Amino acid sequence: MTLVKEAPVRPAGKRSAAPAAGRRGRRRENLAGYLFMSPWIAGFLLLTAGPMIASLYYAFTSYNLFTPPQWVGLDNFTTMFQDPRWQKSVEVTLKYVVVATPLKLLLALGVALLLAQKRRGQGLYRAAFYMPSLIGASVSVGFVWRALFSDDAVVDRTQKIFGLDVGGWIGNPDYIIYALVALSIWQFGAPMVIFLAGLKQVPQELYEAAEVDGAGPLRRFWNITLPMISPVLFFNVLLESIHAFQVFGSAYVVSDTRCGPADATLVYTCYLYQKGFKEAQMGFASAMAWTLVIAVALVTAVLFWSQKKWVHYEEAAK
Amino acid sequence: MTSATSPALHTANERRRFGSLAWHVGALAVLAVVLYPVIWVVGASFKPSKDIIASLDLLPTKPVWANFSGLADGISGISISSFFWNSLMYAGLAVAGVVLSSSLTAYAFAKIRFAGRNLLFTLMIGTLLLPYHVLLIPQYVLFRNLELTDTLVPLVAGKFLATEAFFVFLMVQFMRGLPRELDEAAKLDGCGHLRTYWSIVLPLSRPAIITSAIFTFINAWNDFMGPLIYLNTPEKYTVSLGLMMFRDQEGISNYGSMIAMSLVALIPVIAFFMAFQRYLIDGMATSGLK
Repeated sequence: MTLVKEAPVRPAGKRSAAPAAGRRGRRRENLAGYLFMSPWIAGFLLLTAGPMIASLYYAFTSYNLFTPPQWVGLDNFTTMFQDPRWQKSVEVTLKYVVVATPLKLLLALGVALLLAQKRRGQGLYRAAFYMPSLIGASVSVGFVWRALFSDDAVVDRTQKIFGLDVGGWIGNPDYIIYALVALSIWQFGAPMVIFLAGLKQVPQELYEAAEVDGAGPLRRFWNITLPMISPVLFFNVLLESIHAFQVFGSAYVVSDTRCGPADATLVYTCYLYQKGFKEAQMGFASAMAWTLVIAVALVTAVLFWSQKKWVHYEEAAK
Repeated sequence: MTSATSPALHTANERRRFGSLAWHVGALAVLAVVLYPVIWVVGASFKPSKDIIASLDLLPTKPVWANFSGLADGISGISISSFFWNSLMYAGLAVAGVVLSSSLTAYAFAKIRFAGRNLLFTLMIGTLLLPYHVLLIPQYVLFRNLELTDTLVPLVAGKFLATEAFFVFLMVQFMRGLPRELDEAAKLDGCGHLRTYWSIVLPLSRPAIITSAIFTFINAWNDFMGPLIYLNTPEKYTVSLGLMMFRDQEGISNYGSMIAMSLVALIPVIAFFMAFQRYLIDGMATSGLK
């Protein structure tokens, strides 16, 4: 009400003040902007940018927390590359990323395609499929996994029915990593929801047109669905592989707390944790952290470079 | 006429019904596998310790309460409720911090035009992809020098300083979607930014705020690495660390209580999830897209 009455007066007043207020107004907006985001600026400087510079410095030092850091040049990196346990941790992590990420995304896409159909109860299904993504990170679920995959437990006995007698996965250095992979795949809810949102945006006319042209379901999936959801697929591949590189909790909880047996689940961050917080080798751990940053940046760059070849953006069509 | 169309209709109907049946069978099959571990832990918590690994039954043949009553003894002299209280404090402070600081920051990015906004926004998004581990060691050194380890401060400081870029991003996306006319009208009515933020943008952003609050609560409740690094005295341990203590000290001998406590520790997360799943799932979808 007041708005209607006052509106004609105020803009007029404003306009006459505009030339003088222009610069001052802009300055006031700048000040307001920085004030509003001051928590973030403080957080960015204190907890992100500052620590990044500090850890870059530590990476070139020998630092045990108790005596001041000693500059050692590239020593941490040369020791690291020759360290068999570091090499093992790289191997374990790569195996985990390469196996878990595609399987998880495949399942997420499969279930999303199933749920994209309009059926009764689909909201309920969607919620149930999403739940593991929220509880999967907890220590509780780590224990459940240990119990399910240990010797003579459910998974072991079910395998025996099919004649696959390998024993429990938890005590077996060759298999325990796949128990972690299974735990990761089980949490397919988050990428599934993103796939679902992507599928919803595919124009139905495309399918109708393809059907008229006689394209079967497989062809429609390959030629319409896949290109249309490729941006979402790209997003999921990027996010899930970056997450997979950083796995820690499940490796620590599902295996013994040393990420064994025989370093079989010594994922990268688990070794970083051992070096930094168990052995107080902060310099070495920082060198490891920076190597991880570079690896993740490389993967991100390669994915962004590759998207030109396979990600289809719609601007051209619009 | 009718005789010509009805058989065709009949088969079409039948085909549709068959399709629907096949769909439900498929969906239920996946659901059974996905929910198996959840149902298993519920069943196992009522089994005698010796049956938990060995028995193949999903649900106990004769349910026992001993696992839950055993929890009353606590772990090496510390009561279970102390772990829950610590987790609740951590999660509560984390929620307050994220909601307050992220919404202020998001308002600035979404509604104020200030110099350098785009650059700062890019920096903020950049932190989303940065592996947390590169900050872990210097942050630990910082909090150690400030003599703040073994308190909740290192765990929640970042939440009050909007370092959780995911939630800032979620709120920015949401606030950008609010009709511009609203804050323009508020400005004409003489509202400053603080007033516009508090009485207009904040209440309208409720879905994004609730999503962030619940995700924050669940993440803090599940957090393992943070407490593992920063908390040293068992009295200050959160539920995650309490569970690990259980495993290390009681081991196989008291498997039942360990599984029972695992279930109890999951209850807040599952309850939150059931109450707010709609917000959570939509929040996840919108943050993933544009």
